Amino acid sequence: MTGLVDPTVTELAVFVLAIFVGYHVVWNVTPALHTPLMSVTNAISSVIMVGAILAAGPREIDFGSILGAVAVGLVAINTFGGFLVTQRMLEMFKKKAPKVGQKG
Amino acid sequence: MSANQVALCYLVASVLFILALRGLSHPDSARRGNLFGIIGMVLAIATTLAITKRLDLIVLGILLGGTIGSIVARRVQMTQMPELVAAMHSLVGMAAVLIAIAVVDKPSAFNIADPIPTGNRLELFIGTFVGAITFSGSVIAFGKLAGLGKHFRLFSSAPVVFKGQHLLNLVLAIVMIGFGVAFFLAPKAAQWPPFIAMTAIAFALGVLIIIPIGGADMPVVISMLNSYSGWAAAGIGFSLGNSMLIVAGSLVGSSGAILSYIMCRAMNRSFFNVILGGFGAAEGQVAAGGEQKQVKSGAPDDVAFLLANAENVVIIPGYGLAVARAQHAVKEMASKLIAKGVNVRYAIHPVAGRMPGHMNVLLAEAEVPYDQVFEMEDINPDLGMTDIAFVLGANDVVNPLAEQSGSPIYGMPIVEAHKARTVLVNKRSMAAGYAGLDNPLFYMDKTMMVFGDAKKVVEEIVKALD
Repeated sequence: MTGLVDPTVTELAVFVLAIFVGYHVVWNVTPALHTPLMSVTNAISSVIMVGAILAAGPREIDFGSILGAVAVGLVAINTFGGFLVTQRMLEMFKKKAPKVGQKG
Repeated sequence: MSANQVALCYLVASVLFILALRGLSHPDSARRGNLFGIIGMVLAIATTLAITKRLDLIVLGILLGGTIGSIVARRVQMTQMPELVAAMHSLVGMAAVLIAIAVVDKPSAFNIADPIPTGNRLELFIGTFVGAITFSGSVIAFGKLAGLGKHFRLFSSAPVVFKGQHLLNLVLAIVMIGFGVAFFLAPKAAQWPPFIAMTAIAFALGVLIIIPIGGADMPVVISMLNSYSGWAAAGIGFSLGNSMLIVAGSLVGSSGAILSYIMCRAMNRSFFNVILGGFGAAEGQVAAGGEQKQVKSGAPDDVAFLLANAENVVIIPGYGLAVARAQHAVKEMASKLIAKGVNVRYAIHPVAGRMPGHMNVLLAEAEVPYDQVFEMEDINPDLGMTDIAFVLGANDVVNPLAEQSGSPIYGMPIVEAHKARTVLVNKRSMAAGYAGLDNPLFYMDKTMMVFGDAKKVVEEIVKALD
C-alpha cells in the first residue's frame, strides 16, 4: 500500500460523489420547475466547452483546432440559449407566487 | 495561472453549478440559482481562456454560437420548449464527439501522452459513443417533437418498428464495442479506422433507439437524452482529467435519470418498456373498435352554463391542450369564472404536456396565478368535494381503470376526476388514448362530453360566458 493514487481513481471518486449530490439536489426540485431544470442542466452541460476551448487553443491552426472551434460555436448556443431561456421561464413564475413549492 | 489555481477555480465553478440546481427547489430561489449557474459558467470559461494560447477562433465561435443561442432563447415559444431542449441536447452530443476526435488527432493539445494510454482510450470511447448516440437520438427526437414526420419518415411521431429491430440494435452494439476494443489495442498509426467505425455505428444506434418510441412517450425520451448528454460530458471530463466536467456531467446525468424515472412512474411503465417501444400502437385500434356505449354530449354553451353556476371547478389540462395551444383561452375562461365568484383551480398530472413540468410552464406563460395550480397528489383529496372537473385534452391520466386491478394501467397514478359531482370532458373524438384503453369516465351518468378542438371549444365557452 504505497505509491500515489492514480488520477483516474480520484476522478472516479469525484464522479461517484457528484452523482450522489445530483441525486439529492434534483429530488428536491419542485415538479412545477422540471422544465426549467431541464433547460438549466442543458446549459450546465455546455461546460463541455472547456474541452472544446482546449482543442481550439493551440498556437498553430490544424485539423484539431478547427474541430475545437466548431465545437465551441455549437455549445455556445447551449450556454447562452440555455441560461437565457431558463431565465425567461423563471420570470413567468415570478409574479404572484406565494404558495408554490409549499409541499415538501 | 498555475495548474492548482486552475483546478481551484474549476472547483468553485462546480459548487456554483450545484447551487444552481439547488435553487430550483423553490420558484423564489430559482432565479438566484440560475444566476449562480451563469457565474459558474463564466468562471469556468474565463479560467480556461486564461490558459489558452490562441483566442481568435474561440472568440469567433463564442460570438457566433452565443448570438444564435440568444436569439433562439428570446424567440422560442413555450410550446416549443421540448424541441428546443432536444436540439440543445444534440449540440452537447456533437461537441463531445468533435472534442474526442480532436483528442485522438492531437493528444498533446490536452496534456495527454502521445500515443494515448489505454485508460484514456477507454474514457474516450465512452465519451464518443455516448456523445454520438445523444446527437443522433436527439435529432430524431427533435424531428418527432417538431412534427417533421410528413417530410421524413424517421421523424414520424408514430413508432417506426420493423422485424428484428431489437436484434439489430443488439448486434450493432456488440460490433461497436468490438471496434472499441480494437481502438484500445491498435497502435497509433492504426487507431483511426476502428475509432471511425465505432463512431459511425454509435450515430446509427442513436437513430435506431429513438425511432420506435411513440409521440406520447416523448417526456421519457427527452429526459433520457438529457441524462445521456450529461454522461457524454462526464465521459469527456474523464478523458481530459477535468473534475469540473465530471461534476457538471454527473449532475446533469443524474438529473435526467431522475426525471426519466419520474416520468416512467407517472405513466406506470418500466423504463425498458418505453425504450423497447411500440406499446399501444397496435392495441389502440382493437380497443377503439369495441362495443358502442352511450355518451352524453353537449355544446360549449351548456358547458358555460354549468361552469358559471358551479362553486368549485377543477381544470385538468392534458396533452391535447398543449397540442391545441389553448392555454391562453383557458386562462381567459378561468378569469371570467373567477369574476363570477367561482373557485377555479388546476390539477397537473406529471406527464401532462410534452416534457416534464411542461404544463406548469404553459400555464405560467398564460399568466395563470401560481396559487391556482396544484400537483396531482395535492389536489386529489379535494376532488370529492368539487362541483365540476373539467378535463381538457387528457384521457389516460384521468382513466378510473387505473384503480381496477387487472387493467393494463392498474396502479398508474391518475387525477381523480371521476370523484367530482359533474365531469366535463373535451376531446377531439372518442378515439382511445395512448394506452389504447376505453375510458369508463366518459360513460358515467355525471359526465358530459364536448367534442372539438380544445382551443375552439374553450373560446366558444368564453364567448358564452359574457
